[in-house]
Amino acid sequence: MLSIKNLHARAGERDILKGLDLEVGPGEVHAIMGPNGSGKSTLAGVLAGRPDLEVTEGTVTYRGQDLLDLDPEERAREGVFLAFQYPVEIPGVNNVYLLKAALNAVRKHRGESELDAFEFLALVKDRMKLMQMGDSFLNRGVNEGFSGGEKKRNEILQMAVLEPALAVLDETDSGLDIDALKVVANGVNSLRSPDRSMVVVTHYQRLLDYIVPDFVHVLSDGRIVRTGGRELALELEERGYDWLRGGANAA
Amino acid sequence: MATGQQDVEQLVARKYRHGFVTDIESDTVPPGLDESVIRLISHKKKEPEFLLQWRLRAFEHWLTMPEPDWAHVRIAPIDYQAISYYSAPKKKTDGPKSLDEVDPKLLETYDKLGIPLHERARLAGVAVDAVFDSVSVATTFKQKLKDAGVIFCPFSEAVQEYPELLEKYLGTVVPPGDNFFAALNSAVFTDGSFVYIPKGVRCPMELSTYFRINAANTGQFERTLIVADEGSHVSYLEGCTAPMRDENQLHAAVVELIAEDDAEIKYSTVQNWYPGDENGVGGIYNFVTKRGDCRGRNAKISWTQVETGSAITWKYPSCILRGDNSVGEFYSVALTNNLQQADTGTKMIHIGRNTRSTIVSKGISAGRGQNAYRGLVKILPGAEGARNHTQCDSLLMGSDCGAHTFPYMEIGNPTAVVEHEATTSKISDEQLFYCRQRGISEEDAVNMIVNGFCKEVFRELPMEFAVEAQNLLSVSLEGAVG
Ligand SMILES: Nc1ncnc2c1ncn2[C@@H]1O[C@H](COP(=O)(O)OP(=O)(O)O)[C@@H](O)[C@H]1O
Ligand SMILES: [Mg+2]
Repeated sequence: MLSIKNLHARAGERDILKGLDLEVGPGEVHAIMGPNGSGKSTLAGVLAGRPDLEVTEGTVTYRGQDLLDLDPEERAREGVFLAFQYPVEIPGVNNVYLLKAALNAVRKHRGESELDAFEFLALVKDRMKLMQMGDSFLNRGVNEGFSGGEKKRNEILQMAVLEPALAVLDETDSGLDIDALKVVANGVNSLRSPDRSMVVVTHYQRLLDYIVPDFVHVLSDGRIVRTGGRELALELEERGYDWLRGGANAA
Repeated sequence: MATGQQDVEQLVARKYRHGFVTDIESDTVPPGLDESVIRLISHKKKEPEFLLQWRLRAFEHWLTMPEPDWAHVRIAPIDYQAISYYSAPKKKTDGPKSLDEVDPKLLETYDKLGIPLHERARLAGVAVDAVFDSVSVATTFKQKLKDAGVIFCPFSEAVQEYPELLEKYLGTVVPPGDNFFAALNSAVFTDGSFVYIPKGVRCPMELSTYFRINAANTGQFERTLIVADEGSHVSYLEGCTAPMRDENQLHAAVVELIAEDDAEIKYSTVQNWYPGDENGVGGIYNFVTKRGDCRGRNAKISWTQVETGSAITWKYPSCILRGDNSVGEFYSVALTNNLQQADTGTKMIHIGRNTRSTIVSKGISAGRGQNAYRGLVKILPGAEGARNHTQCDSLLMGSDCGAHTFPYMEIGNPTAVVEHEATTSKISDEQLFYCRQRGISEEDAVNMIVNGFCKEVFRELPMEFAVEAQNLLSVSLEGAVG
């Protein structure tokens, strides 16, 4: 599904990713953990094609194609979805309007017909129920005046509607209380399937109690310094990140 | 990989789609302006003596007036002697009696513009008057309107058929000496539209006029006069386009609206005159005086404008709220791209008691465009209980453009409530990336954000025109992506 080899990336003058390798197979859920500033969002951004990040070395192959060669919108249409750490507000643009435009762009790319208003609304309402969101979300501006938790839920709602093949969730758990965390995790879990892979970026292991990963990776200073199973997350919780810091060879 | 801000700038590089010239024989007077030209225009139009005298008085007055220089625009000096003040498509006969007699080339022009004049081909429910250079070439749906008692005809026809109505109302809202360009218009206007809605009549369809400047070196000076008698209602739309030419062309129109007791006029404009090229060469100077007079109690005048064209736009559709409880509204979207400049806004003059006004202005600046909102809210001492709400929003695209706000308030009555809100925002790279990450192209994302920004204004437009306005904005912001 996704194969990252020796990835180096920079923002402005600063090297952030410094030789990152990651293999994600179909249906797998990988957790990426690491201290603040270790490059987690940068990795997510590179996968999504954030324009202000520059890849200086390495390759990213997604379903057999060179992912780095595609524009952000092409990646999205090919099934790459990023749930943003900080979803931006777009005042005046209806949430439901953006969602419909997004879904139709993806469907068009797949050679499917556009959904009509009824089919679309039925789909969205179904997914909103899953995310326990009220109808009022539909006609508010995209993320406009949403609380932190509402923004995160809205991201997962979009994911549930767009049904991506590769979902990258960037700290979707941060700022959520325990009830909201359960709702979000439940939404994510319902989307787990043998042909959908997920990269779940998180700072805390708490999320992984609800979204149980197949692999846990520790990112430090732009590199994966350790890979393990679910238990690695628990160990991290106990011991913190310090024992791994700067220890690329500890992996 | 693409870089953010540049993308926004590339995106807004525009193309003008109405820039073709119609190859048609026209009857054009040589450039220049003096009394004899005015007499010639009046003569060609077979005008009654009162109108000729009215023109000549306006001209004399104009000669004494200095050109205004207070707007927030850069302007090359205009040589008023280099302009031709009359250009008409040459006709086989005295003028078309029906559409079948209109030159097919003209009909083609309007078809290209997306304004089919043939009644059977057209959107039902909209009567259209088309003004080509200086004269009106076709008015549709005449009979149906006549049955309702509505008068909707070219100005020059009204001069012949309803001189008493013209004499009663012409220049009563915008006096001939009101300002430099209004005075010029009063002296040399060539055509336009006249509308009269009798007492208690709700006009059975939208009325609309399309203006087109075709000939080179001509100015367009049309005049629109709309009178809504007691308890009547009318919705009127004007649209405008012009070919691409390297010289600037002057468009100095005057629009007068009169609403008597309980009458309502809704006036919508979609202005897409040629804006000039990306280096600011050519384009229309759009200097227009628009004013509505709520003469009666409970009268209402509502202006909605979508201004995307012209090199320079300079206009302030205004409302004189004379009648008690009368209502004035101004909803505006003004877009400036490349080197376009717009200085637009409104004046709400509250005279009557409990008069209310609403101003919603949305300015979009892209490229090196400069966009200024200039608005006056004036509450006279007798305007007990007057209210105004002004909302003034600017959207910037790129870093070389500008937005400016000049709100003026003169409050002469302590019971007045006047509110002003203003915001400035930018389409951020972050917003564009967010949309693209959802599979939406950059161009569609820009359109979506711009349309969202303009929503409050678009929803005031009649349905078909709201769609047209949205398309126009996307065309105006269109460019090569990536
Ligand atoms: N555009 C940028 N320019 C310069 N430095 C940046 C930029 N974006 C991120 N950084 C820096 O790179 C490091 C990694 O950032 P990020 O990937 O957001 O970390 P994480 O998500 O793991 O907290 C941080 O030190 C951050 O300050
Ligand atoms: Mg982060």
